[in-house]
Amino acid sequence: MSASVLFDAPGPKARVRNRIYAVVGTLLILGLLAVSVVRLNDKGHLAPEMWDIFNYSGIRQNIADALLATLKAFGLAAVGSLVLGVVLAVARLSDHKPVRWVATGFIEVFRSLPLLITIYAVWVAFLTDYSMWALALGLSIYNGCVQAEVLRAGVNAVPRGQREAAYALGMSKTQVMTTVLLPQAIRAMLPTIISQLVVTLKDTSLGYMILYPELLYSAQLIASNTLVNGQYPYVSVIVVFGVIYIALCLALSALATWIEKRGRRARTGSAKGPADTPDSTKN
Amino acid sequence: MNVLLDHFPEFRDGFIGTVSITAVSSVIALVLGIVIAGFRVSPVPPLRFFGTAWVTLLRNTPLTLLFLVFFFVVPEILFPGMSPFVLASLALGFYTSSFVCEAVRSGISTVPLGQAEAARSLGMSFSQTLRLIVLPQATRTVLPPLSSIFIALTKNSAIAGAFSVTELFGWQTLMSEQGYAIAPVFLWVAIAYLVITFAISGLFRLLERTMEVAR
Repeated sequence: MSASVLFDAPGPKARVRNRIYAVVGTLLILGLLAVSVVRLNDKGHLAPEMWDIFNYSGIRQNIADALLATLKAFGLAAVGSLVLGVVLAVARLSDHKPVRWVATGFIEVFRSLPLLITIYAVWVAFLTDYSMWALALGLSIYNGCVQAEVLRAGVNAVPRGQREAAYALGMSKTQVMTTVLLPQAIRAMLPTIISQLVVTLKDTSLGYMILYPELLYSAQLIASNTLVNGQYPYVSVIVVFGVIYIALCLALSALATWIEKRGRRARTGSAKGPADTPDSTKN
Repeated sequence: MNVLLDHFPEFRDGFIGTVSITAVSSVIALVLGIVIAGFRVSPVPPLRFFGTAWVTLLRNTPLTLLFLVFFFVVPEILFPGMSPFVLASLALGFYTSSFVCEAVRSGISTVPLGQAEAARSLGMSFSQTLRLIVLPQATRTVLPPLSSIFIALTKNSAIAGAFSVTELFGWQTLMSEQGYAIAPVFLWVAIAYLVITFAISGLFRLLERTMEVAR
């Protein structure tokens, strides 16, 4: 544990003390958990019947449908937000002032508004009968603005020489953007882009508010429509759906970490190229 | 314009609701986040593990699901009859605490190694080093990310409106149910949120300026 800034490798006294803290801490945490479990058990929330509901094929079908609905909205929102992100980023970097202003204004407004407000407004105003499209559109607008800022940072982080070299080769502005700057920006920013996609995935749960039958909506529906032992099985339903959400998000985050690791390896591999140029110019 | 003039008391209540739920859950998030960050950097493995589990669980759960947990599970564990405002503030505060924790932890890692080493060589304990030497310095680097976390919290507070807490999203749904056109309603809600978020970023800019030191 010498990796931390804050403490040395513990001596005998500190080791004893740390062990005491460890035991006390563990007991406290386990105690809290035990109290929660006991209290929930007392009220019958952990009775086997509460968990049996997941054996019914109807409920399983509901969960599968809801998962599909969530993934559908997420897929649409992911594509929409990435497309909108690229468009807005390019517009913000445009040489034409009005284009830049419009893009900046759009991004600033929708980024600082609660997503739920936007989704609800889109739903009521345009797509009352198409809650999936309302959800996807609302998510795309908000996340598109965030992705645009991420991409813009990426484009600005591309070394100036790249752009200058491309112009020197006689490329047009569009060519420079699409073949030189954006690919490098997207590659550099891929981990951040995917983390934002995780946020998008979590935010599909806002579809609950506009009655889109995604995971959370059907969780609420199952819990409030099934009466077991005179009680609604909120605890078991929330545990099951929570696990589904966490698994989905962790899978996406793992993808981001994996890409980041791969990207780092690739960059060190290609660094050999530029590294030997200064030497050759010295001679 | 009519929407605002006809329903100004409701709008004002909604605005106050959003501001107060933001304030209360900010305090909860800040306190919890710093404590959990302390756990995550502590020399005691079970506490570190607890901190990691806390952050992983809360960061990968949709806030709406967390609201369900706080409205349907927590009252069963503690005691029934807690007000929606309290439950919503707790849900928001717990959710945001995981983000605060990560910001504080990355702030801690920007404090130069020598600072903690010097503190230790003076004979300071872990909690003294953290409290007197590292955290005050980490605070400065943590302020900008904290500002965006609290702005995100303000925006997330809209979800509370769907759980019968009086705030701005509730006003928006109420007005559209009463048949007002959504565009002006949206405009006024947007302006209200912009006022709050600008106030937060202004406050943090002020804090940054007062805490600024030459390094």
